[in-house]
Amino acid sequence: MSVENINHTEENEHLRYDTCETVLEVKDLVVHYELEDETVEAVNGISFSLKRGQTIGLVGETGAGKTTTALSTLNLLPDPPGVIKNGEITVCGHKMLELKPQELEKIRGKEISMIFQDPMTSLNPVMTVGEQIAESVRLHEGISKKEAFERAQEMLELVGIPGERAIDYPHQFSGGMKQRVVIAIALACNPYVLLADEPTTALDVTIQAQVLDMINDLKKRLGTALVMITHDLGVVAEICDQVAVMYAGRIVEYGTLEDVFAHTKHPYTEGLFNSLPNIADKNAELKPIPGLMPDPTKLPPGCAFAARCQYATEACKSAQPEPTYFSDTHYVLCTRYYEPDFRLLTRGV
Amino acid sequence: MSDVMLEVRNLKKYFKTLRGTVHAVDDVSFTVERGKTLGIVGESGCGKSTVGRCLLRLLEPTSGEIYFEGIDICGAKGSELKKLRKDMQMIFQDPYSSLNPRKTIRDIIAAPLLENKIIPNATKKDIDTRVLELMETVGLAERLFNSYPHELDGGRRQRVGIARALAVQPKFIECDEPVSALDVSIQAQILNLLKKLQRDRGLTFIFITHNLSVVHYFSDDIIVMYLGQIVEKAPARELFENPMHPYTKALLSAILVPEIGNRKQRIRLAGEVTSPIDPPDRCRFEKRCHYACELCNQGTPQLIEVSPNHFVACHCVQKNSNTIAAGG
Repeated sequence: MSVENINHTEENEHLRYDTCETVLEVKDLVVHYELEDETVEAVNGISFSLKRGQTIGLVGETGAGKTTTALSTLNLLPDPPGVIKNGEITVCGHKMLELKPQELEKIRGKEISMIFQDPMTSLNPVMTVGEQIAESVRLHEGISKKEAFERAQEMLELVGIPGERAIDYPHQFSGGMKQRVVIAIALACNPYVLLADEPTTALDVTIQAQVLDMINDLKKRLGTALVMITHDLGVVAEICDQVAVMYAGRIVEYGTLEDVFAHTKHPYTEGLFNSLPNIADKNAELKPIPGLMPDPTKLPPGCAFAARCQYATEACKSAQPEPTYFSDTHYVLCTRYYEPDFRLLTRGV
Repeated sequence: MSDVMLEVRNLKKYFKTLRGTVHAVDDVSFTVERGKTLGIVGESGCGKSTVGRCLLRLLEPTSGEIYFEGIDICGAKGSELKKLRKDMQMIFQDPYSSLNPRKTIRDIIAAPLLENKIIPNATKKDIDTRVLELMETVGLAERLFNSYPHELDGGRRQRVGIARALAVQPKFIECDEPVSALDVSIQAQILNLLKKLQRDRGLTFIFITHNLSVVHYFSDDIIVMYLGQIVEKAPARELFENPMHPYTKALLSAILVPEIGNRKQRIRLAGEVTSPIDPPDRCRFEKRCHYACELCNQGTPQLIEVSPNHFVACHCVQKNSNTIAAGG
C-alpha cells in the first residue's frame, strides 16, 4: 500500500464516498425566468455528471446560464421569477428538485456547498469569521459550540489563515483572505460537491494564483468534486479536467480539458480563444467574435450562435443542432459537423 | 526631446488619515512619447489609478510636476486647465456608472462638444451630424441615437464612453481599466477599436490595468507599480521576456495561460504587505521578497537603468543583477 493510500484510509470521513461514485448528475435541465411580459430562457437543456474528485469547468460569457445552473443545482433559484421547467438533479442519491425545504437544508452546506463570486458581500459583517464557520458545522453535525469553534479554527488553518484569527471580523481581512474564509465555510462539513462561482474574479492576480493553488490542493486532500464556473479559460486550464463551454443556455462543446483545448471543435470556443491576447506573441491580432449574445427572451429557432458565426449556413438558422460525438468524452452542438469534412479554420486538429 | 508628450517628475500624492499619512503615490517619474502607449500595471492599492487621476488634475498632487506638451499642468488654472482637459481625455472603468442615466446617448456625446464649443456657431443639426459621425467611428448603430444608457449592454456603453472622449479631438487619452468589466469576446472588440483609433488619429494612451495579458498586447512601454512606487519600467516585450524585479517576476508567473500542460511552478508571495501608512525608508517589497538580502533596509531603492531602457528599483538587482537573473 502506498503512503497516499494509508493517509486516505486514516480519514474515516472518506469512507462515505464509497457509497456513491457519481456525486452530481444534472439531466436535461431547463430553467426559465418568467417575467410579466416576457420569458427569459436562461438554461435550455443541460446535462452533465461529475464523479468524486473530478472538476468540471462551466465556461461562458455573461448570460450563458452558468450561475442559473449552479443555483438550480442547490435548488436555490429565486422563485418567482425562476422556474425549473424540466430536468432532474441528483446530488449523491438525493433528488434535489423533489425535496422539502427542511430536507434541503440538511443537504446544502453538508453534501453540496457553494462559493460565491464576491467575498466582500458573502460574509456577515457583524459576526466573527470563526462563528460563521462554526455555524455551518453546528447546524449539520450537532456538536457543542466549543467543539464547533475549534473546528472553525482548524478550517482556517487549512486555508492558510492562523487559527487565532477566528475571533476577527470580516473587515479585518483582505480580499484574498475573505475568499479563503468563504472557502473554509464551504468546506467545513467536507461536502461531496463544491460549486465555485467565479471564486477568483474579484481578486488580484497574485492572490488569484494563491487561491487556485489552495483549491487544487484541498481538492486532492479532501477528494471533493468541484464545479468551477468561470469566464476565464486560464483558470480552466489551471484547475479543471472536464470542460463544458456554454452559450445561451446550452452546452455547445463538452469534453476533457485536452479535447476542448487541444482539439477545439465548436466555432464559439474557437472565437473565445482568438479573443484573448496571446502572451507569447505580442503582434498576433485579436480576432473578436463579432456581434453580441442573442436576447435570451427571443432566442432564434436554430443555433443561437449562428448570427455571430463565420461558418454559419442557412441550415444552421432553422433547426437546433444535435450533438456530434468525436469520442466518448467529446461532443459539440454544431450543424456544420453533419458534413464529414468540416474543419475550423484556426484551431482543432 | 520634442516627441515627449507627457512628462511626470517626482509625483507624490499623500492622503491624511486618522492613522497617519497614506503614501498612495510616492515619487513617481516617467515620460510618455507622442503616439505611444504607456501601460501602468499593479495590484489593487498600488496607486496606479491615483497616478492617473493626478495626471488629469482630478486629484491635486501633493508635490511634483506634470508637463503636458511643455505646459505645467499643476500650475494651470481656469481657462488654461479647461484647454488642457480638451487635449487630455479619460475612459473610465465602469461603463455602468460613468454615463448619466437620465441623458440620451446623443446628449451624452454632445455635451463635451457644446461645453468646449468644438464647432463654432453650431446649430442643433451640426451637433447631431457630429454625434452621428462619432457614433459611427466607435461602431455604434445609428438607431441608438435616442436610447438611454440602461438600454445598452456593457460593450456598447463603453463605446459611448469612447465616443464622448473622442468628441473634443484629444491628443491624449487615459484609459483606466477600460475592458475589465466586459466579457472576453467584447473585450477584444474594444481593444481592437482603441488600437485602430490610435493608428488613425495618432493618439497617445496611458493604459491602466491589472490585466497583464491585455497590457502586454496594448502597450509599448510598461511601468510596474508596487505600493505607490515604480519598481520596474521597460519596453513591453523586454519586460515580459526578461523581468528583473522580484515582484514583476512573481506577477508574471501568476498569469494563467489558457493552454494545457502549462500548470507551471509559481512564485508564491507570502509574508506581510508593508503598510502604505508612513512607510519606512527601505524597500517596500522586502517582506514578501524571495531575494531579500542585507541591502534591502538601506534606503528606498532608486529606479536605475540596468540595461538600455530597462529600469529597476531593487538593491539586489542593481548590485548583483547577474545572480538573480540566473536564479530566476
